[in-house]
Amino acid sequence: MSLLDVNHLDVRFALRGGDVRALRDVCFSLDRGERLGIVGESGAGKSVAAFSLLNLIAKPGYIAGGSICFDGQELIGLSDRKLRKVRGHRMSMIFQDPMMTLNPVLTIGEQMVECLKAHRRISTREARSISLNKLQQVQIPSPEARLDQYPHELSGGMRQRVIIAIALLLDPDVIIADEPTTALDVTIQAEIMALLLELCEKHNVGLILITHDLGVVSQVTQRMLVMYAGRVIEQGPTREIINDPQHPYTQGLINALPQMATPGSRLNQIPGSMPSLSNLPSGCAFHPRCAFVERADGSRRQACHDQVPEFVTSGNCQAACHMVAEMIESERIPAEEQDR
Amino acid sequence: MNSTATSPVPETTQPLLALRGLEKRFSLCGDFLEQLQFKGGKLVRHQEHVHAINGVDLEIQRGEALCVVGESGCGKSTVARTVMGLITPTAGEIHYAGQRIDDLSTRQLLPYRRRMQMIFQNPYASLNPRMTIQQTLEEPIRLHHPDWTAQQVKDKVGEVMQSVGIDPDWGARYGHEFSGGQRQRIAIARALAVDPEFIVADEPISALDVSIQAQVLNLLMEAQQRHNLTYLFITHDLAVVEHFGTRVAVMYLGRVCEVAPTATLFARPRHPYTQALMSAIPRLEDDRPQHIRLEGEVPTPVHLPSGCVFHGRCPHAKARCREEVPALIETDDGGQVACHAVEEGRIG
Repeated sequence: MSLLDVNHLDVRFALRGGDVRALRDVCFSLDRGERLGIVGESGAGKSVAAFSLLNLIAKPGYIAGGSICFDGQELIGLSDRKLRKVRGHRMSMIFQDPMMTLNPVLTIGEQMVECLKAHRRISTREARSISLNKLQQVQIPSPEARLDQYPHELSGGMRQRVIIAIALLLDPDVIIADEPTTALDVTIQAEIMALLLELCEKHNVGLILITHDLGVVSQVTQRMLVMYAGRVIEQGPTREIINDPQHPYTQGLINALPQMATPGSRLNQIPGSMPSLSNLPSGCAFHPRCAFVERADGSRRQACHDQVPEFVTSGNCQAACHMVAEMIESERIPAEEQDR
Repeated sequence: MNSTATSPVPETTQPLLALRGLEKRFSLCGDFLEQLQFKGGKLVRHQEHVHAINGVDLEIQRGEALCVVGESGCGKSTVARTVMGLITPTAGEIHYAGQRIDDLSTRQLLPYRRRMQMIFQNPYASLNPRMTIQQTLEEPIRLHHPDWTAQQVKDKVGEVMQSVGIDPDWGARYGHEFSGGQRQRIAIARALAVDPEFIVADEPISALDVSIQAQVLNLLMEAQQRHNLTYLFITHDLAVVEHFGTRVAVMYLGRVCEVAPTATLFARPRHPYTQALMSAIPRLEDDRPQHIRLEGEVPTPVHLPSGCVFHGRCPHAKARCREEVPALIETDDGGQVACHAVEEGRIG
């Protein structure tokens, strides 16, 4: 059994015009020490997915259904007190903006000690020495001095290192990182990602990395999910998805990258933009932008217009697409006939 | 390019835009009165500056797309804004088509403003929320062509909207009714409305999603072909540079450290900073070259390091680098690089 099992997760936001379904039928799992990437454009629901794992969805959002099973324990419906034993302790989170995550009126040391003492019955002296040890692990220069500094005295990259140190304080099993390097420069981003990767490998910590950057995902994660309009539309081993994406949206996303075209030539763009969640197209949510809604012979594939696609397995990957399903089907039938 | 036929200098030798020793300092201490402090019983004037750009020399030829790359705080946006006359340089000169423009009055600058236009980073902030799209697009046309009839203006607006893929019937809508990608198209339409020859684009796609970035980049390249545009393109995304730029200038702490044709720079970066920057790009491929780790962090532009601004983090720094500011020297493959180590042949 996996460490974390998410099944049919359904998250909605109760708005004046009715519920908006931010996540529909999201299923994934994470093994101990595994690194999973969640990729998608803004509005795809990747951050909501991460926040709902720790029940950090704020009103008017609510979890309408599904299950989140962590190490044999169901997290949905757990009391706040019991959830607190998991949140920040066994699953911790790194947020996007290092400028906003740290409390500006407390020193780094105070914030770290506070976090330790909230979860463990230890003395301040012990807590400080653990904090110091974690700051050393994230390779901050002169860690003793940093304990008594305020967040504004540190640069963005340093702050993100402190945040990683705080996320590691209680030796969690899983770290959820929501766009941890988006606010940082490329050279700092490369260092932070290398550090995160190294620490996760060394301590066998699972990582859920949420990002829109396919380059980062392909460098760091072992498996990935691609999300579109609140659904997972493709999942599988990262390398296989990057090298041979099945879903037309994933293909479009990868082909749209400038490095996939010869310099100076036209980029392969996906027409249109992501639909609003309150007004999703019928059938497959991607069909108005999809180049494959018609078959190669020009006939209309009706299912794209009126049926939500189910996952089909292709190799080690799963894609939710009628076109892929048809392709697999058409390959399977001749093979079976041969068997006879 | 018929308009240059009257130019005294042949078009081939004259760059469209030339920056010479451009410098810009921003005061950190406010007005004169705020700078006065009591120290040891004496009234002293205390001044501190952010050295946003110090000594930038660049030339942009007609028809090229020069990309300026660098990390935050390196002064790339300040260069863009100074070129457009949105901020006045502290020192140095800006020449546009052979004419010095940084010392012109607002009135004298007006014809140049028609020829050079700007596209900003954030399309959520660059469109006036209280104007309809029609009004937004009409404004620059009315300003630069006061003699046009209402019908002419309207036709022109319809034409530019069509050319960026926005339905002309949407003119009555306001900016907030459009998505980010559409807003950036409208911002591009506004820049194209007065038929400019030179466009400064300051991170035009970094606020957009990946699939929309491709749409907007395609649009910018189409516009370049159709209107024979010259671009000054500011970005931090090296993948975009590789695709879009004809030449690249790499900036670090307010100075240009390397300029080279795009293919040359990506095939063989010369400056140690460029090498580190290139090695840090997350790539899709598995076979990743080893990331070059830089020591420390970018120093503050308030107290600039002596000598080469990069020496504190450079793995090849020597005594000369700490004392002497390196000048841009020509390299054998058509680029320019400001590095003592390259000049002395210590590194490739």
